[in-house]
Amino acid sequence: MSDPAIALMMLGLFIVFIFLGFPIAFTLMAMGIMFGVYAYYDPAHSLLENKIFYLFTQNTFSIMNNDVLISIPLFLFMGYIIERANILDRLFLSLQVNLRHIPGSMAVAALITCTLFATATGIVGAVVTLMGLLALPAMLKAGYDEKLATGVIAAGGTLGILIPPSIMLIVYAATAGVSVVKLYAAAMIPGITLAGLYLVYVIVRVVINPKLAPKPKDVDQIGIFQSLYLLVTAFLPLALLILTVLGSILFGLATPSEAAAMGALGGVILAIVYRAFSWQRLREAVFLTSKTTAMVCWLFVGSWTFSSIFSYLGGESVIKEFVLGMDLSTVQFLLLTQAIIFILGWPLEWSEIIIIFVPIFLPMLEHFKVDPLLFGVLIAVNLQTSFLTPPMAMSAYYLKGVAPPHVALWTIFKGCFPFLGLVFVTLGLIYYDDSMVTWLPDLLYNVENVETVRPVNPGDGSMMDPSFLGGGSSSK
Amino acid sequence: MEKFVRNVDAFSKAVGHCFGWTVLVLTAGTCYEVFRRYVLNDPTDWAFDMSYMFYGTLFLMAGAYTLSANGHVRGDFIYRSWKPQTQAKVDLALYFLFYFPGILALVFSGLSYGLESWRIGEVSVNSPVGVPVWPLKMVIPFAGVTMLLQGMAEVCRCLLTIRDKQWPARADDIVELEVALQEQFGNKKEGAAS
Repeated sequence: MSDPAIALMMLGLFIVFIFLGFPIAFTLMAMGIMFGVYAYYDPAHSLLENKIFYLFTQNTFSIMNNDVLISIPLFLFMGYIIERANILDRLFLSLQVNLRHIPGSMAVAALITCTLFATATGIVGAVVTLMGLLALPAMLKAGYDEKLATGVIAAGGTLGILIPPSIMLIVYAATAGVSVVKLYAAAMIPGITLAGLYLVYVIVRVVINPKLAPKPKDVDQIGIFQSLYLLVTAFLPLALLILTVLGSILFGLATPSEAAAMGALGGVILAIVYRAFSWQRLREAVFLTSKTTAMVCWLFVGSWTFSSIFSYLGGESVIKEFVLGMDLSTVQFLLLTQAIIFILGWPLEWSEIIIIFVPIFLPMLEHFKVDPLLFGVLIAVNLQTSFLTPPMAMSAYYLKGVAPPHVALWTIFKGCFPFLGLVFVTLGLIYYDDSMVTWLPDLLYNVENVETVRPVNPGDGSMMDPSFLGGGSSSK
Repeated sequence: MEKFVRNVDAFSKAVGHCFGWTVLVLTAGTCYEVFRRYVLNDPTDWAFDMSYMFYGTLFLMAGAYTLSANGHVRGDFIYRSWKPQTQAKVDLALYFLFYFPGILALVFSGLSYGLESWRIGEVSVNSPVGVPVWPLKMVIPFAGVTMLLQGMAEVCRCLLTIRDKQWPARADDIVELEVALQEQFGNKKEGAAS
């Protein structure tokens, strides 16, 4: 068998092995090493002196000193701290009171709460579960339509992986070797657009059919000062925290990891002010951070070695030639890749898709003149669907887990469908006019402007060592 | 065997928790760097090296803890529907086929990698301070050993499952908020995606 054929076999076997349910990080690691032993086989040396072992350790080390991935534990820590700061119920209440004259006020408040909280924490499951316990019973009690009430929570919470600062975008940036900062800038407008479409959809639905969301009766007694007070104490601090973290990244005042560290500090302060800070909660946040960081980064350790062997054997170029041989236009290529990612999103989680499957497409982007930033944003928008469609549909399942028993799973799915449609509308808008993605990064970083020159600092998280491109090893 | 599993779990958990605290150091150090740069106008020359050293150590040493908590991501939508014995048998085989070879490679080649760095006195190129690199490289074999140990515990867990026809309970640990809430308030019948 020729080397490229072996590489394809490696990929095929791997896909089979994924479905055996073994932790993927180790499957990738072992298959990378086994096929690496073959790839670097040298009769002059014994098996244990094979070059793959050095390469493997080298790759592991390059994950350990990767200056993009540093921000992962920091953002996770910030998220876990904010998650535990007793913020959500205040936030929901303050928005609910202040938006009470808007049609479907509770659904709108729930949507904004979900979006804001998910943006700040980046943890989808927690937002959906908390809101399922807090806002869903309230909405159902007020006579809201079950589908509308559940859809708003599931879709709103899922925005956390799209709107910066999201972990998923960091992971994509590290995989694709693009600047996190630019990717954040690129994802801002599509993220806000999607959230805005959700909002408009809810309001329009309720205006057309007011029965979906009856006006609550008892909130009118609240005075204007009281509601403003709620807004200032509950909504403003979190919004300011997010804006500061994002702003300092986008305007180049801090690297993503620095902004994340400051955000975590802000979260701790917020928790102290809200009297929600305790030793136990800090411990929880710390331990969960270490667990989740290990999960994401070990996946990188495995995939870096796997993909470097895969491309060393020529698998990457075989697939590239195959796709180029199909003679697709750029739009067809994008549609094809997004369809594949959409389908992969059914059984797999975003981390697996981005770290393992996205690198297969990356080498082709240049040929089709697709900006890796655009590609990343399309994927991030697309993967929203992975949380909302069966069989994975994590958001829907989390919501089902805590919803009142009479809310059927199928109702939740039906509630998500309109929002899925809006995800596709957003994808369509981006296809139609990619300046949605490129406008902000161009504005911020391509202008010769002293203001936006970033401080020279070796810790500049936006740049990657060029040797990391293409999966870690440049040994070819 | 149960006792071995319990002890190794406890060990991995202690190691993971212990290294977890480095995220606080990481946060504090990074904030201090920002403070020095903007308020005192005098950036440190060690903050960058510090940040990736703590980050690298954190995730590598927490690997065994994550394994003991079954926290490494699996493509498990078929796996989930199997009986516990089937799951355990498949896992058992794959631990020997996939897990141990990779981890052994990590221990042994990591060791020679770290020793080499120590021998030549390698220092970081990121700043003139000359922060030594070998301690970070030596983390690789150490993490490998903890992974090896936890892997053995997982093998025992599989064996116990094949014998008892159900997965032994994992020790109590801190879980994600959504998991805790689902257990506390969730309606048990349907269950949530894990």
